[in-house]
Parts: sequence; structure tokens; C-alpha cells
Amino acid sequence: MSTIAAIILFTTVIAYTVFGGADFGAGFWDLMAGGAKRGERPRRVIDHSIGPVWEANHVWLIFCFVVLWTCFPEAYASITLTLFVPLTLAAAGIVLRGAGFAFRHAVFQTRDRRVFGAFFATSSVLVPFCLGAVAGAIASGRVPAGGQAGDPIGSWINPTSILGGVLAVGTGAFLAATFLVWDARRLDEAPMVEYFRRRAVRAAMAMGVVSLVGIFILREDAEYLFGGLTSRGLPLVISAVVGGTAALLLLHRQSHRGARLAATAAVAAIVLGWGVAQWDYILPESLTLEAAVAPDGTVIAIVVAAGLAVVFILPAFALLFRLDQRGFLPEEGADDTPAERRLDSPLPAVTKPFGRSSEQ
Amino acid sequence: MHSFLTGILAVDPVPWARAQMAFTLSAHIILVPLGVSWAFITLIANYRGVRHGDTDALVLAQRWSKYMAITFAVGAVTGTVLSFEFGLLWPRFMGQWGEAFGIPFAFEGLFFFAEAIFVSIYIFGWRRMKPWPHFFSGIPIAICGIGGSVSVIAANAWMNDPSGFTLDKAGRIVEVDPWGVIFNDAMPLMAAHMVVAAYVVGGFMIASVYAVGMVRGRRDRYHRLGFLIPFTVAAIAVPIQIGVGDLLAGWVYQNQPVKFAAIELVPKTASNVPETLFGRLNDDGTVSGGIAIPGLASRLANPSMGTDTVIQGLDAVPAGDRPTARQVTIVHWSWDVMVGSGMLLLLLSLWYGAVWLFRRDMPQSRLFLLMASASGVLAMIAMQAGWVVSEVGRQPWIVYNLQRVNDAATANTGVWITFIGVVVLYAALAAATVYVLRSMSARFQREDGHDLPVPYGPSDHSVSEP
Ligand code: HDD
Ligand code: HEM
Ligand code: HEM
Repeated sequence: MSTIAAIILFTTVIAYTVFGGADFGAGFWDLMAGGAKRGERPRRVIDHSIGPVWEANHVWLIFCFVVLWTCFPEAYASITLTLFVPLTLAAAGIVLRGAGFAFRHAVFQTRDRRVFGAFFATSSVLVPFCLGAVAGAIASGRVPAGGQAGDPIGSWINPTSILGGVLAVGTGAFLAATFLVWDARRLDEAPMVEYFRRRAVRAAMAMGVVSLVGIFILREDAEYLFGGLTSRGLPLVISAVVGGTAALLLLHRQSHRGARLAATAAVAAIVLGWGVAQWDYILPESLTLEAAVAPDGTVIAIVVAAGLAVVFILPAFALLFRLDQRGFLPEEGADDTPAERRLDSPLPAVTKPFGRSSEQ
Repeated sequence: MHSFLTGILAVDPVPWARAQMAFTLSAHIILVPLGVSWAFITLIANYRGVRHGDTDALVLAQRWSKYMAITFAVGAVTGTVLSFEFGLLWPRFMGQWGEAFGIPFAFEGLFFFAEAIFVSIYIFGWRRMKPWPHFFSGIPIAICGIGGSVSVIAANAWMNDPSGFTLDKAGRIVEVDPWGVIFNDAMPLMAAHMVVAAYVVGGFMIASVYAVGMVRGRRDRYHRLGFLIPFTVAAIAVPIQIGVGDLLAGWVYQNQPVKFAAIELVPKTASNVPETLFGRLNDDGTVSGGIAIPGLASRLANPSMGTDTVIQGLDAVPAGDRPTARQVTIVHWSWDVMVGSGMLLLLLSLWYGAVWLFRRDMPQSRLFLLMASASGVLAMIAMQAGWVVSEVGRQPWIVYNLQRVNDAATANTGVWITFIGVVVLYAALAAATVYVLRSMSARFQREDGHDLPVPYGPSDHSVSEP
């Protein structure tokens, strides 16, 4: 049972890292895009790319929490008790980010857009950093079990946590750039394709360097994790390296779809590697999955929910992405569009199915 | 210096955690009714627009969906804060009860996920999707809104009526029956009361915006329609809401006698209990102030027994197991406010219904419009008050009769800082939300000044000028 629960938990973590991470990464590029004028075009691609999907991407985090607090309540309690500060910061960042993004969409004056955009972009870096630091704290065994709090500061300001935070921001940026290349092409923004391609390459190289340094950090600072990564987690580490390198090569060869897949696979492999490396602890060296797991009834309920998600949510999610990719979800229309489009009127071709009004 | 710092930092977290939880929940619950009912109301307008070629209705539907994008986003982020807070503020609660209490949230997550997906499709799909598929993409939003709130309420109802688990001698959960957790006894009525409340509050809130417009003289068809659709929904929901509320009060009488005693301000077990309007409970257990209507509380609690109905008083349980005198007064006042507002809204709905019945039109008088303009706020107050009854009335228990709030809170002494931070953050969020919604509305009004392109067909009943 504990294995099943752990698999579901890690599935949600991976999904959040990939979808949520790409979302945060888009915010990172937004932050880096420069002043209002220079950054206008990349920002437009970013807006188009995450506009319709950010809210759905975000729900993965909730699933992750729910699985954690139902299936491993003691772990959830210990994590929130010890990591009060970074989690509070992350929560605040999520508010600023979501609201900033939605508001930026809905206002028109450059000044307002700048303000909301700034909140959106800075919190897009803050949140993944904090969550990465939380992951680092857990992975390096700094969260004690049993209802006592660990070090409120040192637990998340330490080498492994900082590595975790940087990796979270960086992999998000890398993923986002590979996704944005694709989106820019879809939107026929040729210069932007090149723009994001270059950034994807740089992000990938930066992550490569960070990971190399990370190996040494983990050897010193997170022994259990390091042991796991170099034994049962090794295949996944190798997959991550292969995936990352492949993404780089594919980006170089302008094969954007392949690059996107390879990048996703690389990031998923890193997260999975973390999970496998700290097996079979949920809080390394203080709480095992077996000891923390909830009674069978609870796990079964979560399995049922996961099954329902596969049956109902995945198809709907796929539909959303498909509609988005095929350009059916252009904009909210809350934009300074030309007068004849202001009502978001459907294209002339589709007025047909309208019973009465088309007969008139 | 050091002791000064630790002195500042070592503040008892419990009252601050409660304040923060209550504050963030009250903020979230403002957006919830819109999340639940607005999609349904928009779909009515959308349907009219598409089926009958009604341009005004279609414009309304489009604009509402754009506002919805904002309120839904703010609802989502404030809701996410709540899921952090469960752990950050109540780790010992979650650690002990998460395996039971947490289950409904798995299903809530499914509903919200589906809702988020279809909200995106609906909001972004106006321009490119065909009208009927687009309309149908809105239906899951309405369904998932109800499903999501029912799931959340199931968790809250479980706190009132914890069931579906087995404890060992040490008081730890050893077995869980998810079905029993979700369908606990308190859940059906609470869920129904909340879902209907969402339609009452959402309907009146939207309608009151247009009522204000009408008071200011914008009496064109567009404003009329913007008023009629949501107001009709809310007016139908009000009597249902009161009926469900009455059943719920019966449930509380049977199952949470202490809460009921607080609601009715009954210090000592007795029959022929008067209904006290307002008033307060003193620390020595006496009631002062207020207007007492003899025998009414007993009559209402069990109409078939009339004034012979015995109502258990607060003194039936030890002082440590019931709300404090101040909390009792809060619960009682909130109760009066909720029921009073409910009655006012009922009168307003009856007025509307009666005029409609006889004149086939809405009441045109200024008084009606003024009252309708206030209805949104009034309904919101009723709902907030209802939650205070439910939550404060449960004190001192976080899990009824099983765990006290004091034993559930975090040990982090910095909660007072996060509380202040949250208040500041939410104040900014509220200001920004209002600003954005208003600037959207201002822009829509500017557009109405121009000749609008009619979306469907050449007919010319475009939006009339304000
Ligand atoms: C528009 C909002 C609204 C209106 C008009 C009413 N209520 Fe209500 N009430 C709520 C909105 C609400 C609520 C916010 O939705 C609550 C909080 C918890 C819950 O389940 O519903 C609630 C709670 C609540 C409770 C406490 C439930 C508990 O503690 O578990 C009772 C007994 C009633 N209501 C009864 C009534 C009665 C007899 C009403 C007749 C006028 C009434 N309500 C009108
Ligand atoms: C599913 C929904 C809800 C859940 C799970 C929930 C849970 C909680 C928890 C865990 C606490 C702290 C412990 C306690 O004081 O008992 C609390 C307190 C409180 N909640 Fe709720 N709540 C919910 C809905 C609401 C809503 C919508 C409101 C809106 C007004 C509200 C108002 C309060 C208040 C006023 C308190 C403080 C009570 C006091 O300390 O005296 N709750 N709630
Ligand atoms: C359909 C109506 C509602 C909408 C659109 C809404 C919106 C949200 C969202 C988006 C979240 C974040 C979690 C997630 O994405 O799954 C959330 C969480 C939450 N909501 Fe609401 N909400 C609704 C109904 C309610 C009601 C009726 C209550 C309580 C009275 C409530 C209380 C909560 C609580 C306690 C959480 C945190 C629990 C969690 O993380 O799942 N919500 N809400």
C-alpha cells in the first residue's frame, strides 16, 4: 500500500514539476525580457502560451498536497511544522503570481500591466525557489518526524536546499524555453523562435553545470540521497543526463518537438531519481513510507480518485491542450483588439449553426 | 537584545492561527458563490443569446465570462493558500486526522481541476469555437462548481460530525472507511445549504450591480436583462435556502446541542425557552439585553411539541467543553443576522414574484431597485454570518468532541507575523481585484458608446446607449 501511495504522490510531484515548472519558467523569461518595449514580443508569446493553461497546471500542486496529507499525514505535519517559512513565502508568492497574471491580462494601461507583470514575474522565481528548497530540506534529512519541528532556518537555508531551489528555477526555465520555442513557431513569430531557442540552450548548459556542482554538494551534505542516487537511482540520473543532452542536440538541429519531449523526460527523470534515491523513506532516515502510510481505506480512496483523474481529467486536460495548440483559444478578448473583433465574434464561417439569427 | 527578540517572537500562536484561518476563509468564501453559480447564470444568458439570437444576452454572457476569469483566478489563489494553511497552522490536526479529514479534498481536487480546464476553454473559446460546442463547454463548469463545493463541505461537515474511522487505544486512526468520512451525517444538509447559498449570494451579487445601474437611470434592455437573469435565479433559491436552513437547524438541535444552545442563547436547560433577539451572555451565565419572544425558541426547535420542547442549555456540559460567553454571544448575533437577512431577502423575492405574477414585469419602483442594489451585500453578510455560527459554535473543538483547537495548532510562534502579512496581502489583492473589475466595466461602458458590431447576423438590436 505504501508503495502505491508513494507512486501516486510522485506522479503528482512530477506532473507539477513539468507543467507547473514550465509555467514558472515562462514567468522567469518574462522577468528576463527587459523593459516594456524590448520585452513586448517575448511577453506576448508567454501570455499566449500560458494564458489558457496556467490554472489547470497549478492544480497539480493541490493534488500533491492532498495525496501527502491523506496518505502520509505525519510527513505532511512534520514538513509544514519545520518548513513554515519557505512554505509561507511560497503561498504568498502563489497569490501574487496568479493574481498578477490574471490581472495583467485584464488591464490595458502599460503602467498597470507593468505593475501586475512585475508581481507575476518575480513571484515566478520566488515560488519554485522556495519549493525547491523545501524539496532539498526533505531530501537532505532535515525534517524530523514525530511532531517536533526541525531548525526553522537552517532546514531550508543550507547547501542542498539552495541547490534544490536553483535547480527548480533553472529546470523550469529550461522547460519553459523549449515549450516557448514551439509556441512561438505556432504563432508565426520567427524571431521569437530563435530568441527562445537560444535561451533554452543557455538554460540547459547552466543546468548541466549546476548539476555537476550539485554532485559534490550532495556528497557532502546529503549522504543518504547521494548514496541512493549513485546506486538504485543511477539509471535515472543517467537518463536525465541523456535527456538533457538530447534536448540540447535537438534544439541545435531545430527539431523543436523532439527537444520538448527530451527536456520533459530529463526533468521527469531528475524528480523520479530523487524519489528513488530516498527510497524507502518519506523523510530520509527519520520516517519510512511504511511507518507513515495511512490505513488502507484512505489509500484506496486516493487510488479511486487517481483512477477517476485518469478517466475524466486527463482527456479533458488533453482536450484543453489540443484546443490551445490548434489556436481555438486565442484570447479572452479582453484586449485592445480592433473594433470589429471587440466582441470576440466568431469567424463568419461559424455563424451557420445558429438557428434563428442566421435565418434572418 | 536577544531576549527582547525572543520575547517578541514567542507569542502564543493559537489565537493568531485562528484569526488567520478565519480571515483567509472569509476572504475565500466571498469568491466561492461566484465560482459556483456564475457559470450557470452566464449559461442562461448564453443560451438565450444563441437560441433566440438575443444580442444583449450574448454580450452579457461574454462579459460575465471575462469577469469570471478574474474572480475564478482570485478564488483559486486564495483557495491554494488555504491548503497551505491546513498544514502551516494546524499540523497536529492534519497529522492526526489527515487520513480521514483529507479524503474529500481528493475529490474536490478532481472537480476543481475539471472546472479549471473548462473555465479556460469557455473563456478563451468565444472567438473561435462554434457556438453550441462552446456553450456545452460551459456546462461542466456549473456541475463541477457544485461538486467541488460539496466535497469541501463534506470535509467541514466531518469536523462537526467525525465518522468513518476506527481509533486504537492511543487515539490514533487505525482504519478508515472513506465512504463514511465523506457521507457523514452532517454533510447532506450542510452541503445543500451551502450550494443553495452560493446561488442566492451569487445571483444577488450580480443582480445588484445592474440594479445600481438602473437606479442611476440605465434602464435599457441590456441592464434589465443583466438584472433579471441573476435576480430570478436568486429569488427562486431563497425560499429553498430557508427551508434547508430550517432542516439544518433541526439537525444541529439533535446532534450538537451545545451549538444549538449558543445559537438560541440558552444558558440553562429548560422548556418554554424564549427566542431572544440579540442580547448577550455574561460570564456569570446570565443573559442581558435583547428582546425576548416567549416560548418561540422551543416552538421552533420542535413544532410538534410546541412550548413543551426542552432545549439543552449551555450548562449541560463543563465550561471547558463549550464556547466561552463571548463566543456564545458572537454565535447568537451571527445567527440573528443570518436569519434576519434571510427574511429580508425572502420579502424582496416575494415582492418580485408577486409583481411578476400579476404584471408580467419586474417591480419598477425606486424602493425595490434600492433594496435590490443592497441584496448582494445582504446575502453575503448572511453567508458569512452562517459560517461564523457553524465554526465558532463548534468551539472549543476542531474535531467535534475529539480534538481541541489548542491541541491542533502549530508550535511556530511567528504566526502573528504571517497573520499581519496575510491581511496586508489580501487587502492589496482586494483593492487590485476591485480596480481591475471596475476598469473592465468602464471599458465595456465606453464600448457601448460606439456602434457595436453585432456578433450573430445582421439584425440591429444592438446594445442601446446608456
Ligand atoms: C445566503 C446565505 C444564507 C441564508 C439566507 C441563510 N443561511 Fe444558514 N448558513 C449559510 C448561509 C445562509 C452558510 C454560510 O452557507 C452556512 C454556514 C455553514 C453551512 O453549512 O451553511 C449556514 C449555516 C447555518 C446553520 C449552522 C449549520 C452548522 O453549524 O453546521 C444553520 C442551523 C442555518 N444556517 C440555518 C439557517 C436558517 C434557519 C435560515 C433561515 C433564514 C438560514 N440559515 C439562512
Ligand atoms: C470547508 C470549509 C472549512 C474548513 C475545512 C474550515 C476549517 C477550519 C479550521 C481548521 C479552523 C480552525 C480551528 C477552529 O477554530 O475550529 C476554523 C476556524 C474558523 N473558521 Fe472555518 N473552515 C471552513 C469554512 C469556513 C468558512 C467558509 C468561514 C467563513 C466565514 C469559516 C470561518 C471560521 C472562523 C470564524 C473560525 C474561527 C473560529 C474561532 O476560532 O472562534 N470557516 N475553520
Ligand atoms: C466551486 C466553488 C469553489 C471554487 C471555485 C473554489 C476555488 C478553490 C480553489 C481553486 C482552491 C484551491 C485548491 C484547488 O485548486 O483544488 C480551493 C481550495 C479550498 N477551498 Fe475553495 N472553492 C470553492 C468552494 C469552496 C467552498 C464552498 C469552501 C468552504 C466553505 C471552500 C473552501 C476551500 C478550502 C478549505 C480550500 C483548501 C482545501 C484544498 O486545498 O483543497 N471552497 N478553492
